[in-house]
Amino acid sequence: MNRFRLRLEPRSDLPKWLPWAVPVGSFLAALVAGAVVLLITGQNPISVYARIVDRAFLSQGAFTGTLISATPLLFTGLCAAVAFRIGFFNIGGEGQFVMGAIFGSGIALKMGADAPGVLAVVVMVLCGALGGGLWGLIPGILKARFRTNEIITSLMLNYVAAVIATYLIFDSESFWRELTGSGAVFPKGKLIPDVAWFPKLDLGSIIVPFGFLLGMVIAGWLFVLQRKTRFGFEMRVVGGAPTTARYAGMRPTRVVIAVAALSGALAGIGGAVDVGNFRHVLDPKGLQQSGFGYAGIVVAALARLNPVAVVFVAILLGGITNAGYALRGPDFPAGLVGVLEGLILFFTLGGEVLARYRISRTVRLGESDKALEPA
Amino acid sequence: MSINDNIFLVILASAMFYGTPLVFASLGELLSERSGVLNLGVEGMMLLGAVAAAWVSTNVGGPAYVVLPLAILASMVAAGLGASIHAFLTITLRVNQIISGLALTIFAGAAGLSSYLAGIWHLGQGPVRHQFLKIDVFGLADTPVVGPLLFHQTLLTYLSWVFVIAASVYLFRTRMGLHVRAVGESPQTADSVGIPVARYRYAHVIIGGSFSGIAGACFSLMIVPIWVDGMTAGQGWIALALVIFGFWRPDLTLVGAYLFGALSSLSLILQSRGIQISTAFLTALPYLMTIVVLVVVSNSARRKQLGAPAALGKPYEREER
Repeated sequence: MNRFRLRLEPRSDLPKWLPWAVPVGSFLAALVAGAVVLLITGQNPISVYARIVDRAFLSQGAFTGTLISATPLLFTGLCAAVAFRIGFFNIGGEGQFVMGAIFGSGIALKMGADAPGVLAVVVMVLCGALGGGLWGLIPGILKARFRTNEIITSLMLNYVAAVIATYLIFDSESFWRELTGSGAVFPKGKLIPDVAWFPKLDLGSIIVPFGFLLGMVIAGWLFVLQRKTRFGFEMRVVGGAPTTARYAGMRPTRVVIAVAALSGALAGIGGAVDVGNFRHVLDPKGLQQSGFGYAGIVVAALARLNPVAVVFVAILLGGITNAGYALRGPDFPAGLVGVLEGLILFFTLGGEVLARYRISRTVRLGESDKALEPA
Repeated sequence: MSINDNIFLVILASAMFYGTPLVFASLGELLSERSGVLNLGVEGMMLLGAVAAAWVSTNVGGPAYVVLPLAILASMVAAGLGASIHAFLTITLRVNQIISGLALTIFAGAAGLSSYLAGIWHLGQGPVRHQFLKIDVFGLADTPVVGPLLFHQTLLTYLSWVFVIAASVYLFRTRMGLHVRAVGESPQTADSVGIPVARYRYAHVIIGGSFSGIAGACFSLMIVPIWVDGMTAGQGWIALALVIFGFWRPDLTLVGAYLFGALSSLSLILQSRGIQISTAFLTALPYLMTIVVLVVVSNSARRKQLGAPAALGKPYEREER
C-alpha cells in the first residue's frame, strides 16, 4: 500500500511576485470556501457577495460607512502588527481600546464645553494613548520581568477593562455616567461636549473621519520607525533573534516593554477616536459587542504585520463589517462576517506556508510494494 | 432552615453547576497542550458544540435519553471538526499556533459560524426541547451537606468527574499517556524512540477539541437552555487560563474550574441574601487571580517542575533532528 505524506521543504529562492500573490490568492481562496459554506446552507453565494460589495463600496454613502467601520480596525490592527512583529503576542487590543475610550471620554468631559476644539481633540488622543499604553504596559512588564505569558495576561486584562467600563456606567454613579434625564432611568454614558467631537473631512461623495486620517499618518510613521530608525532595527533583531540582540548589547526586555506600551497606546488612541469621532459617549455594551481588538489581529495577520498594508486591509475588512451591519436582517445570514474573516485568516496562514516552503508529496512504499523498490 | 441552605453549601453546589463547562473545556485544552499544541480556539469550538447540541435537542425526535446523548455526540463532532482545522494548520503546515487558534475562534465564534448556523436553523426562538436537569441520585439529594453537592447535580457534572478521573489515569498511569507527555515535552526524543509525534498531536488536538464541544453543550442544554449568540461569554478563554492555573493536571484543573464557578455565581447568591458587595470587583476577581497565578508560575524552572510541556507552542519539524 502506498502512503502519501506531505513534506515541506524551504524554498531557496523567493520570486518577487510571491509576497503579493500569496495574500491575494489566499483572499480569493477564502471567498471560494465561503461560497461553499453558503451553497451548502442553501444561500446563493453570488448574490450574497454582490450585495456585500455593493453595500461596502459601491452604493451611495457606502464607502463613508466603510471608513467608519475601518477606523477602529486600523488602530487595533496597528496595535497587533507592532507587537506581533517582535514576537510579543498582545491579544489585549480589546482591553487597551476600552481603556483608551475611558480615558478619552473622561478627559473630554473634564475639559467641558469651553475648551478650544483643537486642544480638546489633541488632548483626547493623547489621553487615549496614555490609557491604552498603561494597560498594554502591564503584560509588557510582566513578560519582561517575570517571563509571564503575555497571551493570557493581556487576554485577562481585556475582561478587567470591560468590567471597569461596565462598572463606570452601570454599577456606579461615576463621572462618566449620565444621571439626569433618560439617564436616570436607563444607565448610559454622558455625552461629551460638541467641541470634543472630532472633525470629518467632507470630500463630496465620501466623508473621511479625522480618526482615519490620523491612523493613516500613524501607520506611515510606524513604517518609517520600523525601517529607518535605531529603535526599529532593535525591534527587528529582538523579534528575530533575542539572543543575538543580547550579544549585540541591546536590551530585549526594554524593547519588549517599549513595544508593549506603544502597541497598547495605538489601541488606546483607537478607543479615544471611537469616542471622539463616532460614539461621543462611553458605551461599554457597544464596545464589547464590536470585538475590535480581536478583529485587529485578523487585520494585522492579513497585512503580514506591515503597518502600511494594515491601512488597506482595514478598509477591506471594514467594508465587509460595514456591509454586514447594513445588510443585517432576516434574508442575510448573521455571522457571515466572522466566517469570512476566519476563512481569510486560515487561508492566509496556509498561503504563507506555501510561500515559504515548497510542498512535495513523497510516496512511501509499503511492504507489498517492496519489490518495486530499486535495489 | 436546614443545613443545606447554608450559604457556603449553596455557593459550592452552584460552583459545581457553573464550573462544569469549564471542567470539560480546560480538560480538553489540557490534553491538547500536553501533546504540545496550544489551541486558542476553545471559545469558538465551545460555541460550535453549543449550536450543534441545541440543534439536535430541538429538532431530533425521540425521548430525552436518546436525544440528549446524540446532542452531546453532535457537539463533540462539531467542535472536533473545528479542532481538526487547527490541527492541520499547526501540525502539518506548522503555522503559528497562536494566530491559528485565534482564527478558529473568530471563524466559529460569537460573530462567526456558530451564529450563522443558529440563524439558518432558526434556533434561539424558544428553549431547546430537551435539557439536562439536576437529578436526585438514589433519593439522597436532601442528605445533609453531601446531598446537594454529590447527589443533586446534572448528568453532565457526573460525566465531567468521570472524564477527570479517566484523563488523570490516562496521562499518568498508562503507556499512551506517557507517550503524550513525551511528545509535548520533547518531540525529538519521542520521535527517536518511534512514537508517531504528528499522529499523537492530531489525536489530542481533535479529542481535546471535542471536549470543548461538550463544554458548549453544557451551556445550550444545561445552564441557559436556549440558544443565544455568543452564549459562552468568554468562558473558553477562562478555560485556557485554568490549564495553567491547574499546572496541566486534570484534578487541579477541576478545583480551579469550581473556584471560577464559585466566583461567577457568588455575586448573585450574595445579593439574593441581601449582602451588598461590589459586583464589579467580584466579576474581575477571577481574571486578576489568574494573572497573579501566572506570574507566580512563570519562573521557568518552576514551570517545568509544575508540568508545563516544554515543547508547547513549538511546531515539530522532523528534518531538524
